[in-house]
Amino acid sequence: MLKVTETEQVEFPAAMISEFETIVQRYPEGKQKSALLPLLHLVQAEYGWLSTASMDRVAGYLDIHPIEVYEVASFYTMFFLKPQGKFVLEVCRTGPCCLVGAEKIMKHIEVTLGVKEGEVSEDGMFSWRGVECLAACGMAPVLQIGPDYTFYENLTEESVNQLIKDLKNKI
Amino acid sequence: MSEKVKVTIDGITVEVEPGTSILNAARQIGGDIVPPAMCYYSKLEGSGGKCRTCLVKVSKGSEKDPRPMPKLVASCRTGVMDGMEVENITSPEVIEARKGVVEMLLINHPLDCPICDQAGECHLQDLSYEHGVEKTRYEFERRTFDKIDIGDKIQLHMTRCILCYRCVYVADQITNNRVHGVLGRGDASEISTYIEKAIDNDFSGNVIDVCPVGALTDRTFRFKNRVWFTKPVDAHRDCPTCKGEVTLWYKGEEVLRVTGRKDQFGEVADFICNTCRFETKKTSDWVIEGPRHIAKTSVISSNHYEMAKPLDVIKHNPILIEANKEEFERATKI
Amino acid sequence: MARKLLLEHINVPGIHTFDVYRQKGGYRSVEKALKTMSTDDVVEEVKKSGLRGRGGAGFPTGMKWSFLAKPEGKARYLVCNADESEPGTFKDRHLMTYLPHLLIEGMIVSSYALGAATSFIYVRGEMMPQIRILEKAIAEAKNAGFLGKNILGSGYDLELHVQPGGGAYICGEETALIESLEGKRGNPRIKPPFPAISGLYGCPTVVNNVESIAAVVPIINDGGDEYAKIGIGRSTGTKLISASGNLNKPGIYEIDLGLPVEEFIYSDEYCGGIANGKRLKAVVAGGSSVPILPANLILKTLTGESRLMSYESLAEGGFQSGSMMGSGGFIAFDEDQCIVRNTWNFSRFYHHESCGQCSPCREGTGWMEKVLHRLEYGHGKMSDLDLLVDVSKKIEGNTICPLGDAAAWPVASAIRHFRDEFEWHVTNPSDALNRNYGIANYADPLPKLEEIS
Repeated sequence: MLKVTETEQVEFPAAMISEFETIVQRYPEGKQKSALLPLLHLVQAEYGWLSTASMDRVAGYLDIHPIEVYEVASFYTMFFLKPQGKFVLEVCRTGPCCLVGAEKIMKHIEVTLGVKEGEVSEDGMFSWRGVECLAACGMAPVLQIGPDYTFYENLTEESVNQLIKDLKNKI
Repeated sequence: MSEKVKVTIDGITVEVEPGTSILNAARQIGGDIVPPAMCYYSKLEGSGGKCRTCLVKVSKGSEKDPRPMPKLVASCRTGVMDGMEVENITSPEVIEARKGVVEMLLINHPLDCPICDQAGECHLQDLSYEHGVEKTRYEFERRTFDKIDIGDKIQLHMTRCILCYRCVYVADQITNNRVHGVLGRGDASEISTYIEKAIDNDFSGNVIDVCPVGALTDRTFRFKNRVWFTKPVDAHRDCPTCKGEVTLWYKGEEVLRVTGRKDQFGEVADFICNTCRFETKKTSDWVIEGPRHIAKTSVISSNHYEMAKPLDVIKHNPILIEANKEEFERATKI
Repeated sequence: MARKLLLEHINVPGIHTFDVYRQKGGYRSVEKALKTMSTDDVVEEVKKSGLRGRGGAGFPTGMKWSFLAKPEGKARYLVCNADESEPGTFKDRHLMTYLPHLLIEGMIVSSYALGAATSFIYVRGEMMPQIRILEKAIAEAKNAGFLGKNILGSGYDLELHVQPGGGAYICGEETALIESLEGKRGNPRIKPPFPAISGLYGCPTVVNNVESIAAVVPIINDGGDEYAKIGIGRSTGTKLISASGNLNKPGIYEIDLGLPVEEFIYSDEYCGGIANGKRLKAVVAGGSSVPILPANLILKTLTGESRLMSYESLAEGGFQSGSMMGSGGFIAFDEDQCIVRNTWNFSRFYHHESCGQCSPCREGTGWMEKVLHRLEYGHGKMSDLDLLVDVSKKIEGNTICPLGDAAAWPVASAIRHFRDEFEWHVTNPSDALNRNYGIANYADPLPKLEEIS
C-alpha cells in the first residue's frame, strides 16, 4: 500500500478525451466500465505510467470508484504503477525462449544497460524486465518495447547492442 | 412455492426449495455433515466458490441424469437437483482434498493465534483443528505484510488474510462507497485501499464480523481480552441506523466489544452500524435479552454452556459414526 | 503437400488488405451464409465439420454454438479469444498479423449464425501491433459493406470491436476473459452458470479461439462434410501447429490432423529436424500446460504405434504415457536441455499467472515453484519429488478454473517421466549447477509391452 496520499490533479489532453469518447461508445449503455483497459492503455502511452491522480481521473470519467481502477491496474502486468525508463525493454523469460538463450540475453541487457531488472537507468532512459510468454516462441528470443509494443525477434547479443544504440540515437 | 426437491447428503435425505445450494441443504440437516465454508456468506451476494474448503463429491447428479459430476464441486455454489446424492464426510476423496485445501490456506498463514484477537472464534483455527495436520511441509519464508490501521476503529493485518473477498462484498453491498479492494495478483494479492485512506462509512465495521480470520479486527477491542474469557450476552437498543440487535461481550461488568449476532455458521443475523459497534459500550445503553447461545463446538462455550455431544443424526447412523470416528470418539468421551 | 485451408494465401503480397484478400476469394463465405443460408444452416455445417475448439480444450465448436441460450429480448454476444498466451503457442498472432481479414470474415459468419449484433475480438494487450492491424481491417470491411448496418442487403447488422487485454494469461480462460472485457480483474467466474446462459453483461455468450473462428470460413465455403474428410477419426480438418524450441525450422505449420509426429519433426516440409545436429530429448506437444513426454514416448505410443498429431493419438496412454493436443504449441527440447530447469520455468509462469482467487492455485503454484527452484539450484531433497507430486494432486481438479490443472500437469508429468534427472539433481547438486543430465535413455526405443508387465 502506498504510504502517501496523493492530492495533485491531472488534466488529460483534449485529444485523449475524444478518444475516450469513441471507445466508450462501443459498449452498451451503463457498461462503460468495459472501456477501462483501453483507457488505461491510452493514459499509460501518454505518461509512461499510471499515477494515482490519473487513475482517479479515469475513474471519474467512467463514473466508477477509484478502487475499481486500482484493482484492475494492479492485476494486469502491462500497467506500471511506478515511473519507468523512457524505454522499457520487456524480454520474454518463459520456457521456449529460454531453450534458445533468453536468459543470456537478459544477462546481456543487464550488463549493457548497467541496470538491474525493474530499475531505471540513471539518465531515466532505460528500464528492463523479464516478462512471461509473449506468444512469439517460434521467433525466440524476443523482446517488446511499449507504448506501441514493437517486437524484436530472434535476438542475439549483437542485435541487442544495435537496438540499444538505435534507441539512444532516437532521443 | 414450487415443489421441493430431494437431496441426499452422506446418506441423510432432506427436502429443500429448488435452487438451494448443496451447502445450504446440508445446513438444513445440520451437524457434522455441513461442509465448512471460509468464503461463502449467505447474506453476501456473489460470495463463495473461492476457498474450496466446502468441496464435496456429487456421486449422483439427479434422478433424471444420474451421472456423477466429474470433479469435486464447491457445495456453496452448486445447486441441488432432485434426487441428487452428495458425499461429504463419507468420501475419503473429499476429506483428502479438504485436507489439501487447509494445508494451502495455512502455508502462508502466520499461525500467530497466541497474539491474535480472533483466536477462539477463528474459522481457520477450527478448520485446522478438524482437518489439518500438526506439522507443516512448507519450508520457505512465509508471506508477510505490514499491519495497517484503516481508520481509527479497524485494523487490517493482511498477513493473516485468506482472501475470501467477504469484506469486499460487504463494502460493495452494504456501504455506498467502497474504498478497499483486492489489489495485485496471485499470491501477492492483498486487501488494500491502495493509497492510505480510512474506510469511513456507517456500516464499515461489519468487515470485522464477516472476516473469517484475524485479518480485520476491532481496534477498540485490541488486546483487551481473549474471547473465551468474555461472556456473550444478547442485547438490543433503539438505533436510528440499524436494527440495533447485537451481542455484547462482557468481562465482569464491562462491555469489551459489541458484535453482530452470529449463528452457528459464524454468520451475523443482521449487520450492525458503527455507532452500536464502537461507541455504545455501556450496559445502560442496552436492553439485555440474556446469554448468547454459542455453538457447542466453540471454545467460548467450553466452560459456560451445554456439553459437547454428537447430533442425533450422527448417533443413529452407523455410516456417519464410522466416517466421523475421530470426532465421534472425542465428543462421546466427554 | 498438405492442403492449406487457412494459410493458402499467406504469402500473397498485400493479403492483409481488403482488396487483395477479396480478389483471392475472401468474404465468399459471408455472401454464401448471409444470402443463401439460415442461421441454423450455418450451425449445422459447423457441427457436420467436426471442428473442435482450437484454443486448447478441443470441445466441438458446433455443439458449443448449439448450447447458446436464445431468450427473447436479450442480446447475444460472440467474443473471439485472441488472448494467446500459452507458452509455445503463437499461431493466432500469425493469423492476425498476416490474415486479419480471414478472422474478420469468420467473425461475421459466426456472429450471423449465433445472432449476435455486437461482437468483440479480445486481443492480448501485448499484441498492440495486431490490434492496429485488426482495427484497420475492420474499417476496410465496414467500408466495403461487410460490417455495419444491413450487411450485403441481407438485413443483418453487425458491429465488430477489438478489445485489448492488459497482460494476464488467465484471461484466456473464457469467463476470466469476459470479466476482463467488462473492465474487471481477470478472475474466472464460478460455473455454472456457463457463458452460453449468462456471459458478457449477463447475456448468452460464445467465446471461440481465433483459429476456430477462422476455420469457419473454409467450412462454409466448401461445406462441413468436405472439411470433415480431412483428418483422422474425430480429429477433423487442418490445425495450425506452433513449432518452437530446438528445431531447425521453428514456425507455424498448417497440418492435416493425423500427421505422424515423427514426420512433423524431421521432414523438411515441416520442422526439418533438431537444430545443430542434436538429438531430441523431449517434447511438449500442445502448449506448456500439457504433460511433457520423453522423445521415445512422443514418437511412439506404448503399444508401439506411431504417434500422430491428432487429439486422440496424442492423448493415447492417458496421463501415464500420453499427452494432449492442447492449443498445438509444439515445443522440442534437444539433448542439452535440463528438464528440471524447464519445469521450474513453467511453474514460475503459472505462479506468476495465477489470479489468486482460489486457495489451492494461489498458494500451491508458489509452493511448487519454490521447491523446484530449490531442486534446480542444488538444494533439493529426495522427498521433494514426492512432495511436488502430492502438491500437484492437491491443486489438480480442486480449483475454480483449469489453470490449476495446467500448473499441476507439467510438474507431475516431468517427475513421472524424468524422475532420474530430478534425482540426479538431488544426489549431484554441484554437477547439476555446471552441466546438464543429458539425453540418458529418454530417446531409447520403448520396451515391448510384455517386458513392462
